[in-house]
Order: sequence, then C-alpha cells, then structure tokens
Amino acid sequence: MQDFAESFSLAFSLVWSFDAHLMEIVWLSVRVSITAVIIALIIGFPLGAALGMTRFPGRQVIIVLVNALMGLPPVVVGLLVYIMLSNAGPFGWLRLLYSPTAMIIAQTVLITPIVTALTREIVEQLHQEYDEFFKSLCISPGQVLATLLWDARYNLITVALAGFGRAIAEVGAVIIVGGNINHLTRVMTTAIALETSKGDLALALALGIILMGLALAVNALVMGFRSTARSTAFG
Amino acid sequence: MLPLIVENLRFTGQHGPIIKGVNFSLNDAGVTVVMGPNGAGKSVLLRLLHGLLKVNSGQILWNGTGLNEALRKRQSLLFQRPVLLRRSVLANLRFVLKQRHISADDETCLNLLSRVQLDHVAYRSARHLSGGEQQRLALARSLALKPEVLLMDEPAASLDPVSTKMIETIVRDQRANNTKVIFVTHDVSQAHRVADDVLFLHHGEVLEHTSASTFFEQPQSTQARQYLSGEIVV
Repeated sequence: MQDFAESFSLAFSLVWSFDAHLMEIVWLSVRVSITAVIIALIIGFPLGAALGMTRFPGRQVIIVLVNALMGLPPVVVGLLVYIMLSNAGPFGWLRLLYSPTAMIIAQTVLITPIVTALTREIVEQLHQEYDEFFKSLCISPGQVLATLLWDARYNLITVALAGFGRAIAEVGAVIIVGGNINHLTRVMTTAIALETSKGDLALALALGIILMGLALAVNALVMGFRSTARSTAFG
Repeated sequence: MLPLIVENLRFTGQHGPIIKGVNFSLNDAGVTVVMGPNGAGKSVLLRLLHGLLKVNSGQILWNGTGLNEALRKRQSLLFQRPVLLRRSVLANLRFVLKQRHISADDETCLNLLSRVQLDHVAYRSARHLSGGEQQRLALARSLALKPEVLLMDEPAASLDPVSTKMIETIVRDQRANNTKVIFVTHDVSQAHRVADDVLFLHHGEVLEHTSASTFFEQPQSTQARQYLSGEIVV
C-alpha cells in the first residue's frame, strides 16, 4: 500500500514538474493522434457526406461495411499495417515501420471509418430535413454539401473529438507498427504498458493521469459543443 | 409564366395512384385555392406543379413550356412545415438571397423581415421562433425571391390567428402585384377569404374548377357540397 502511495506521489511530482521524458511521450502521443485525426477528417468528412447525400446501387452495402469497420480490432489494424509496411510488404520500400508515420497510418485506418460513419449519419439526417427546400431553390450539389457541413458543424466537431479520443487511447495498433521505441515511437499508452510491466508505476501513473485528463477534457468539450448546439438551436 | 395548362396529369406514389388524369388550366393572376379532403392529392399536385415530383404521364406547361430549372427559379414553394436552416433569422433570409444573387445587405433583409414583423428577432436562432413566426420567416424567404408564382401548401395550418391574418394579407398583396398564388387549404372559411377561383380535388381527380363565388354558392358535385357543409368526405 505504501508503494502505491509513493508511486502516486512520484507520479504527481512528475506531472507537476513537467518532467522532460514524460512531456516528450505526451507530445508525441498528441502529435500522432492529432495528425491521424486531421487525415481521417479529410477523408471521412467528404466520404461520409457523399454517402449521406447520394443514393446509388450498393450504397447500403458500403454503409454496412463502414459501420462494421468502426469496430475494427486495433491489433488487427496494427497487424495489417505492419504487413503492408514490413520489408516483405508492398510498401516496405518506404521504410516507415517503427516510425511515428507508421503509427499515424495505423490510427488513421482506425479512425477514418468512425468519422465516415458518424458524418454519414449526421449529414443524412440533415439532408432529409433540408432536401425539398434545396430542390425547391434549385441549389447545386456543391452548395448543398457546403450548407449541410456548415449547419452540422457543431455535430461534426464532436465527431472530430470522438476520433481524437479513440486515437489517443489506442495501444494495440501503435505498439505493433511503432515498436514502442524510446525517444522515437513511445507514446502514452505503450509507455504505460511497458512501465507497468517493468514495475515503474510512477511513470505509468503519471502518464495515466495525463491520459485521463485528456479524456476528460475531450468529453467536456464534446458536452460543451452539444450543449451550445442545443441552446442555440443549431444542433 | 401563365397560362398554366395541366393535361391528363398522372402520378403514382408508393401506395398507388394519387393524381389520376387531372386536366385544368389557369389563365389569370390571382389566387387559386386548391381544396379537397385529406388524401385528395392537393400537396402532391403542388409539388408536381413545382417540379419536386416527376409526373408519370401527362404534362404541365407554364406558358407553353415544360418545367425546367429557369422556370422553377421563377416560382417559390412555401411548405406546410417550414424548413429552416440552423442559423439566425437573418442568416436564413440571407441564404436564399445569395442563392439568387440578390443583394443580401442588412437593410434589405431587415426590410423584408419587417413585412412579416420579425425584424425584432432578426439575430435570434430561427429554430427558437414559434410555429407562426417560423412560417412567417419562410414566407419572407419566399417573397425575397420575388416569385412570379407563389405556391403555398397549407401555410396557415394550425397557426395562431395573428400569423394566419398576416399570411392572408400578404397573399392579397401578392395578388395585387400580379403574382399568381396557388394556395392549398382545407379551411373553407380561409378559402372564402382569399380565393379568386377554386380547384376542388377528390381522390386525385378535379371535380370542380370554377370561380370562388360559384364554388361556394353553387357547388356542382355532391362531394363539394358535402365538403362545404362540413360533412366528412371519404
């Protein structure tokens, strides 16, 4: 019990003192996750919006597929990206394995279906509501898309935050493709796993505290955006 | 855009035929009220006239021309349930003006809003307005487009008396401006107040198309007589 108390105390002092090693890990985690989220948004927003706005044969199959991909097991994604980036894989020549870029790719693969599926649902709902009005005004598809994305902006921000929450807390995929290399690919989740196995609970706890803090902050932001959307009737 | 000639118009929905070979023509500006019991096909007819639904057979000719985008842009349809963007009252108005490349400065918008007595809520969220105010905003949006034909689908259904009166006043103003108004309603007293001529629909067929005075004083069909006397018409 005394060990735990000591670990907690050490953990807080590491956080409080902005320990350089700790901050390096935190910064890499945030950098990798934010980059992955941005790429996922660039792919997922238009894809989801297109799925929400258009009707074509096979659309339902794509929707089912995208929804199913939301539940992709991270280790499977890690394994697939590993195979693609390993020396024997089709993209081995890029020499990206065990680099932050490989981790960004793995996280992007994980988050993109989430962003796409949620965007599709939001845009489809709004599109159904606005459809006759838009048709009556003879608005071009481009203008329809821009209007839908703008009017759904608060909901789409929560989608982005949900994606970030998923990315920052992910461990399975990044440990496979990143390798948890110190000063290179060690992020919060992989460091927690490693330090716990080594018995260095102080660093693991310090990272856990920051991770929890980030998760809470993201949730608070999501709640804030939802409440803003409701109170201003924009949501 | 007149005359409007509708020939042998048919439309079938998911559950069967809705419009069954309708023929009529509208030659003059003024207010044509489309009446009939529930399920008669009034709203569907309005959507067909505006091109929101595609006809199965027959034709709709506006001044001799079939519906196209240019013609549709000269019309405006006011829905029974107003569709408002998740924006402020002013931004909703500005949106439609920008679509038609009409000046959307604050003064223009506020003038339009004052016509429907909404200038005092210009910066409020449109979705926080009451039902009557929302419909008045939708009407202001329609008027902003300066349509030659104003199609109105039960615009005053379940609205407060103030909003209803305002809508009817604007309808009369539009008539005075030579705008053709096609007004769907099942409210007989409202039809009395605004109609120049009446198109009576029943089960997707036009049973009567006469001047308002003839229709209300000497309805020809049994169904119209029953309808006007307040009986339930099925």
